[in-house]
Amino acid sequence: MLDKVNKPKLVVIGNGMAGIRTVEVLLDRAPDLYDITVFGSEPYGNYNRILLSPVLAGEKTVDDIMLNTEQWYEDNGITLRKGEMIEMIDRRTCEVVTAEGARVPYDRLLIATGSNPIMLPLPGKDLPGVIGFRDIQDVEHMVKASTSYKNAVVIGGGLLGLEAANGLMKRGMNVTVVHLLDTLMERQLDQVAGGLLRKSLEERGMVFKMPAQTEAILGTDRVTGVRFADGEEIPADLVVMAVGIRPNVELARKAGLYCERGIVVSDTMQTYDGRIYAVGECVQHRRQTYGLVAPLFDQAKVCANHLAMKGFATYDGSVVSTKLKVTGIDLFSAGDFAPGADKEEIVMQDASRGVYKRIILRDKRIVGAVLYGDTVDGPWYFQHLRDGTDVSHMRERLVFGAANLGDGGHSGKNSVAAMSDDTEICGCNGVCKGTIVKAISEKKLFTIDDVRAHTKASSSCGSCTGLVEQVLAFTLGGDYSAAPKVKPICACTDHSHDDARRVIVENGLKTIPDVMKFMDWKTANGCHSCRPALNYYLLATWPGEYRDDQQSRYINERVHANIQKDGTYSVVPRMWGGVTTPDELRAIADVADKFNIPTVKVTGGQRIDLLGVKKEDLPAVWADLNKAGMVSGHAYAKGLRTVKTCVGSEWCRFGTQDSTGLGIKLEKFMWGSWTPAKVKLAVSGCPRNCAEATCKDVGVVCVDSGYEIHFAGAAGLHIKGTEFLTKVATEEETLEIIAALTQLYREQGWYLERMYKWCDRVGLDAIRKQVVDDVANRKALFSRFAHSQQFSQSDPWAARAERGVDRNEFTPLAELELA
Amino acid sequence: MTKWIEIGTLNDIPVLGSRVVRTASGNIAVFRTSDDEVFALDDRCPHKGGPLSQGIVHNKRVTCPLHNFVIELKSGMAVAPDEGCTRAHPTKVENGIVWLGVQAVATVPAE
Repeated sequence: MLDKVNKPKLVVIGNGMAGIRTVEVLLDRAPDLYDITVFGSEPYGNYNRILLSPVLAGEKTVDDIMLNTEQWYEDNGITLRKGEMIEMIDRRTCEVVTAEGARVPYDRLLIATGSNPIMLPLPGKDLPGVIGFRDIQDVEHMVKASTSYKNAVVIGGGLLGLEAANGLMKRGMNVTVVHLLDTLMERQLDQVAGGLLRKSLEERGMVFKMPAQTEAILGTDRVTGVRFADGEEIPADLVVMAVGIRPNVELARKAGLYCERGIVVSDTMQTYDGRIYAVGECVQHRRQTYGLVAPLFDQAKVCANHLAMKGFATYDGSVVSTKLKVTGIDLFSAGDFAPGADKEEIVMQDASRGVYKRIILRDKRIVGAVLYGDTVDGPWYFQHLRDGTDVSHMRERLVFGAANLGDGGHSGKNSVAAMSDDTEICGCNGVCKGTIVKAISEKKLFTIDDVRAHTKASSSCGSCTGLVEQVLAFTLGGDYSAAPKVKPICACTDHSHDDARRVIVENGLKTIPDVMKFMDWKTANGCHSCRPALNYYLLATWPGEYRDDQQSRYINERVHANIQKDGTYSVVPRMWGGVTTPDELRAIADVADKFNIPTVKVTGGQRIDLLGVKKEDLPAVWADLNKAGMVSGHAYAKGLRTVKTCVGSEWCRFGTQDSTGLGIKLEKFMWGSWTPAKVKLAVSGCPRNCAEATCKDVGVVCVDSGYEIHFAGAAGLHIKGTEFLTKVATEEETLEIIAALTQLYREQGWYLERMYKWCDRVGLDAIRKQVVDDVANRKALFSRFAHSQQFSQSDPWAARAERGVDRNEFTPLAELELA
Repeated sequence: MTKWIEIGTLNDIPVLGSRVVRTASGNIAVFRTSDDEVFALDDRCPHKGGPLSQGIVHNKRVTCPLHNFVIELKSGMAVAPDEGCTRAHPTKVENGIVWLGVQAVATVPAE
């Protein structure tokens, strides 16, 4: 470690969330790089400014919202100079100068001065009792006023103003909200939603005066009232101005840094002076200023990376969503919903349920959403908005939300605000709302990943993610935004799945360590999330060339059986198209007897499952099954699982084609292929669809004139009918198209992304174009699939049972006995 | 008193992998990291008893195959925010031979 004297000096002006988050990320990336000094004008450590509203409302204390204790600064060797103002930045000598005249040199400077509340230039604005709503001091002021005064006026009907008004009302004051326009929160809401919000706040006792312009604040020693432009006067003992914030650029401007509304920064968060960075509410990036927390965190990450000299990340702006933090009111808004000729709207309104939804589309994509009363789908719309998903295929059902599209899993629960603390949110891990709220507050969590790690909620099947995000949004309030726009594969890297796939192909990378080195992985050997993903990408990219890394396989794929809760395994032999023989059944029965297999069960995919096999017995079990002609059913694989069939024209009086025969052909051609996630097929012999082909990854429905090919269905976590891909006349074409489709999925899908999710992401049209319309492309996809199959169609069971592959997996290293 | 018992060679354990040592009081999982360090833990996840020997090894940690608890190989502690601990056993590697430190037990060869 370099000693303190020789380290470059980083000075941070501003001890708020943006500045300190940058420091935190920097410490994580490059712990010993800088000697860090932080100046903060407030006499506190760093606290969570977005939780000031609950403090005001009496739902939290100041201690609850502290983020970093003084101990934290000490532990990380950071000099905290709180209560000290910086008077100027001397760029010539690279020093900052404090109000007391002390000069502190810097090598890198970070400006995170935040913003100031806008105080309207009204007569009487300097009277005691007139304040903004910005820091702990303002809150203390308000709390104190509420104990000795009765009437409060809040100027400004935006997010902050309403939260202030709600808090003061909870403290027992009579609150009047004055708003210049006729719609509350007009930047986030349209007129209808604004009206609904107003109605429900009025029901709670809040009084509104709007549209109204304040003309003067009255009083001599202290505020006594407010006068409006129309001449009306109302009494007031406390006036809170919450009309907006203004980036605090004074210091930067004095130092000659280029500022417009905010301090202008580049995509790496640098000002016009490359040694000086700026993050947070004080900056202006691509003409945009931000007052919400999620963009600040995005900026902090980019800035920290650059300071750590890992300069690959850039900030390209944030799309933000908003959630009002008033207990009992569900309201969500995101994106752009100003009217425009190129925009279309889908609106649903149900007055008696108090539900209003408005989705704004442009060019087949969601660009904005306003939800009132039922906000469960807020994060879902927001995800599509940020991903720029083509939503035309689900347009007619879009407004009813993810649940209606079969993407649900939250069983009718759609209003987090109204839920009691003991309502179960995560059914897999039995986590209640109260537990999540408590963890978010006590452990100071900000992201869905934090919540998953601490509470396990939404960490298993993930179907409650929307609900958990809502709880998070509700608890944190105003400005929580879901996952980052581009999701990294895991905590080991900042790169996305797409990045990894592209880099592997473009740079001809052929091993996991090579990929990790090339992409600057943050951990030495990755983790249980990224290694299996990279292993799959390499395998799918370099068939026949890449050597499968067993240690990067999940246990089931490593030992070709499914691990059970007690550490035993289950074994499922392949039954082609669900057809078996007396000999196979006898062999299965014999194996079950011979190895004392406790449970024999028929699966949903028309096969037989042997459960409770001891690991060391696996090779012998396989050997016996092999002898009867059976091979691995890959029931454990991210690969081709079953092909379910009905009996079709061979037996059925309604059958139009030989569905069983086609199913077997498909299975024989496609078994052994590795895919991003499991792939299940089905073939039905007629439109009665007894094989339930229209909820599979790929389903064929035979008709008299040929074969309808459907895909992207699901019937597990999510229920989703398939999309129709195309109809063909022959079995050969069916096989070619399904193989080509699967190959496209193998080349584009993210690891663990099921086919329907992939289809959602890349779009039905794009897939149809490549697999159906462009015949040359289809044939190329087909031949790539066929090429890769020649390396994957060898029975892994036989390899282990007969040829002793991976023998060490199935035998103990040693056996010890007590002496 | 810790008694050192020879349990096999380093090459018997796959890199970033694990092998099991059977004992009368339950299995012990023996792990090998990418830089050939060897660690031993009781083969039971503190969460729901999952066999840690079947997990994915990364750096000096292993992820339980049942519910993705991450356990430190050296201490047996669950990585925060998960909580819990499984017993760690001393190991040493000398001339490619792996030794396990146990409390007064004797060895019987596996074969």
